[in-house]
Amino acid sequence: MSLDRRAFLGVAGLSALAVAGTRSLDALTRRGRAEGASEARAATRWAMVVDPGKCRKDDGCTGCIAACDRAHNVPHFSERAHEVKWIWREPFDRAFPDHGGSLPEDAARSQSVPVLCNHCDNPPCVRVCPVQATWKRADGIVMMDYHRCIGCRYCMAACPYGARSFNWLDPRPRIKEPNPEFPTRTKGVVEKCNFCEERLALGRPPACVEACTEGALVFGNLKDPRSEVRRLLRSRHALRRKPELGTGPNVYYLV
Amino acid sequence: MNDRGLILGGLLLFVGLITLPVWYNVAAGTPSRPPELKLPAQGKDPFGTAEYMRASHMSLLVAWRDEVVRGGERTVVGRDGKTYAKSLTRTCMDCHSSRAEFCDRCHGYTSARVSCWDCHADRRLAEGSAR
Ligand code: HEC
Ligand code: HEC
Ligand code: HEC
Repeated sequence: MSLDRRAFLGVAGLSALAVAGTRSLDALTRRGRAEGASEARAATRWAMVVDPGKCRKDDGCTGCIAACDRAHNVPHFSERAHEVKWIWREPFDRAFPDHGGSLPEDAARSQSVPVLCNHCDNPPCVRVCPVQATWKRADGIVMMDYHRCIGCRYCMAACPYGARSFNWLDPRPRIKEPNPEFPTRTKGVVEKCNFCEERLALGRPPACVEACTEGALVFGNLKDPRSEVRRLLRSRHALRRKPELGTGPNVYYLV
Repeated sequence: MNDRGLILGGLLLFVGLITLPVWYNVAAGTPSRPPELKLPAQGKDPFGTAEYMRASHMSLLVAWRDEVVRGGERTVVGRDGKTYAKSLTRTCMDCHSSRAEFCDRCHGYTSARVSCWDCHADRRLAEGSAR
């Protein structure tokens, strides 16, 4: 086959255009998506809405925390350095340090709110994990694979919410009521809230949500316009923790 | 060539000393034998033949682990047509109910180190509130 100069240039140009075209198409569509970024197409995006107004924080209720600790064998260390937390209380102004003084909810500010892993849309912990022991699932849950964790604690340094804890000591002797249905962890791994993915798989709500008698914790699918979480977020103003960091938390606090 | 007796005697002594552990075991009546495993009273293993399970149960468990935790696939259909949870403590230990007389006995014999129990509590142990 003979190809004159003009035809050759034409074919070469068209091929280059085709390659460049698919590249930019990929970049514009999902295939070029960065690792760990959110999967917008999934039909589910789990989220939690907290109503601090309903939370019985003043009489010292810790129902949600106790239920979570029991469900997941979370150990109790009194020394702060060894603390392991999945869901815990944080004073309002420490949970929302950016809400200095201009907002009207002064009443709420003196109180504490339940805080947990935010299962961020753009989780910094996932980006820094060198062994992919933590990753973002299609349904939004930031999962932990305890089998793969090497205990480097990069994720703890990356998380702006302090939602991850390291096991400095063997947790087993410090578990109040061992639950044989969920494995414990060992010394040397990081752990955090898993949005009760093991319960969701059985069609049950998270343990903390089930335990809250006041209905202060609402869990649901953000992708479903008729879900309770969507209804609450439509009807009331809600805060997220440190939104300016661009992590895209999926835990909302009604004000 | 007058040292023949000495040399032969020395050799004999040497062989005797070096094989002492064998004679010791024969004398004590503890010759090497495979561990006696406590198998379930009846039935077959739903995930493979005994030979397969003996050789490959670790790969099976590690595959299950990844499938459940990383893939979200939680159940498997066994050879008997029943559906099982891909779980170490629930599925395997439901049939092989004595870890000490089955898993541990063979792992001890083969000096295999299995770290799973550091996290996966043996249900029967937990019920007896050991550890
Ligand atoms: C550092 C603690 C830890 C160690 C060590 C560990 N696991 Fe796990 N494993 C877990 C936790 C925690 C889960 C539950 C994860 C979840 O549902 O979010 C789990 C889940 C699993 C599951 C799925 C469901 C279940 O309940 O069984 C399998 C299978 C499993 N592990 C197998 C193993 C095997 C095999 C080993 C040993 C080679 C092992 N694991 C060692 C912590 C551990
Ligand atoms: C439904 C009951 C049942 C379950 C569940 C089960 N097994 Fe078995 N297993 C048996 C029986 C019965 C045998 C006896 C050998 C046979 O299959 O003929 C056996 C044999 C074995 C053997 C070979 C022992 C030998 O003869 O040396 C190993 C190893 C083993 N099982 C490991 C496992 C592991 C690991 C699991 C979990 C993944 C498991 N089994 C789940 C019933 C079960
Ligand atoms: C017939 C002997 C035998 C029996 C019975 C047996 N194992 Fe094992 N197992 C082994 C050997 C040998 C290894 C080590 C293989 C290696 O190192 O490559 C092993 C390794 C493992 C591993 C992989 C450990 C790791 O960190 O990679 C797991 C998990 C395991 N066994 C679980 C079980 C469980 C659970 C049972 C009881 C239900 C059981 N085994 C019963 C012989 C046995």
